[in-house]
Amino acid sequence: MGLAKRIIPCLDVDNGRVVKGVQFLDIRDAGDPVEVAKRYNEQGADEITFLDITASSDDRATTVHMVEAIASQVFIPLTVGGGIRTCEDIRRMLNAGADKVGINTAAVFNPEFVREAAQRFGSQCIVVAIDAKKVSAEGETDKWEIFTHGGRKPTGLDAVEWAKKMVEYGAGEILLTSMDRDGTKNGFDLGVTRAISEAVHVPVIASGGVGNLDHLVDGVLEGKADAVLAASIFHFGEYSIQQAKDRMSDAGIEMRL
Amino acid sequence: MNDVKKSVVAVIDYGMGNLHSVAKALEFVADENTQVVVTSDPAVIDAADRVLLPGVGAIRDCIGEMYDAGLVPSIRKAMAEKPFLAICVGIQSLMSHSEENGGVDCLDHFKGNALFFGEQHKDHDGSKLKVPHMGWNQVKHTIDHPLWKGIPDNARFYFVHSFYVVPENKSEVAGTCDYGLEFCVALSRNNVFAVQFHPEKSHKDGLQLYKNFIHWDGKPSLANND
Repeated sequence: MGLAKRIIPCLDVDNGRVVKGVQFLDIRDAGDPVEVAKRYNEQGADEITFLDITASSDDRATTVHMVEAIASQVFIPLTVGGGIRTCEDIRRMLNAGADKVGINTAAVFNPEFVREAAQRFGSQCIVVAIDAKKVSAEGETDKWEIFTHGGRKPTGLDAVEWAKKMVEYGAGEILLTSMDRDGTKNGFDLGVTRAISEAVHVPVIASGGVGNLDHLVDGVLEGKADAVLAASIFHFGEYSIQQAKDRMSDAGIEMRL
Repeated sequence: MNDVKKSVVAVIDYGMGNLHSVAKALEFVADENTQVVVTSDPAVIDAADRVLLPGVGAIRDCIGEMYDAGLVPSIRKAMAEKPFLAICVGIQSLMSHSEENGGVDCLDHFKGNALFFGEQHKDHDGSKLKVPHMGWNQVKHTIDHPLWKGIPDNARFYFVHSFYVVPENKSEVAGTCDYGLEFCVALSRNNVFAVQFHPEKSHKDGLQLYKNFIHWDGKPSLANND
């Protein structure tokens, strides 16, 4: 009896289609976002994350319509990320039916934006997305750094310290993506997941690298994540959400079945 | 125009943002004789057949906006006479007092307070628990109630909150949840029902609760009244 760990399928959406790249390259088409969201909802997803990876901001209106369509038919929490830079962006997404917004690069360049957003809309809807990469060499004490621009630009910011700072500023949840693992199917970076989850008092979502169901189990049991996010293993029909939940439940993890 | 007068569910809009999902979920389960209206107009609330008080954000802003918008008399009137459902911060706003934002006096419909879990919140075994309490947790029915109809005991609902209500009168508790401690997540008195979780985000059991609300006559018992 207690709070269940969450499974969150992620829809990376480019120009109105769900896609998934391997380390942000080699994009494959995985369908219409509204249909995909409905399918995951029926399969028992605990939440859905919609990540707008459209390069230009021209298609922001398309994203708003898609969020509206999903929120009218899918009655589980919906997080929208990608290109959230101003309070006006947040307001528009919340009004379209998003429950939370993910702030990534904008937080790095302007941490005060997180504080302002949390004060205005409440911490419960502010998810700070952190893209971390391991920068310590073999044998050194583990160290992870924040990267921007799809993992290409280092910032010099220590990932664990940054997570703590974002929570102080009002983040209600941390979405942690390992840029070393994203798209590799080699499993989460459990070290950074655990380090951040133990350092902050808000929930941490592990992301990046899921290739099989045991990786989801490891993310919770070893990474101490409160939720696990995955894209490609669900998009291309390798596993259903229900299979993932059953496996996690069998491993002794409290799930909503 | 329709000749049949529709039953109106008023969702109170007091400027605290996202009411989209509450309204959409109600519309999803509403039948053709039910109309869902999102409103900040006291007259519309007064004329509605049933009223839903949502809540999101910080309690000081919520209570402040309710007063500034002149909605408190209509909220009190609705609670005195028709089916009324409060959600999330809505339940906290019905208590006497909340310790959020340095302490805020609330509407005092239910005697008792809203308390903070604390950043060092611990599970029964001493392990760390995250705050906010965010995600799907089980709700135990402590009374039979028309709004629980068709919802299994211990079904999971979606929560996101850092404060929880502690009513003085335990007989008003309709449901509880366990997160380091067992706490009240549903309150009931006469025609008023209030829940800490988000039915509009709780998949089929949440939709069932909204459906029950749309058909509720405002009587708290399951006695043979149909």
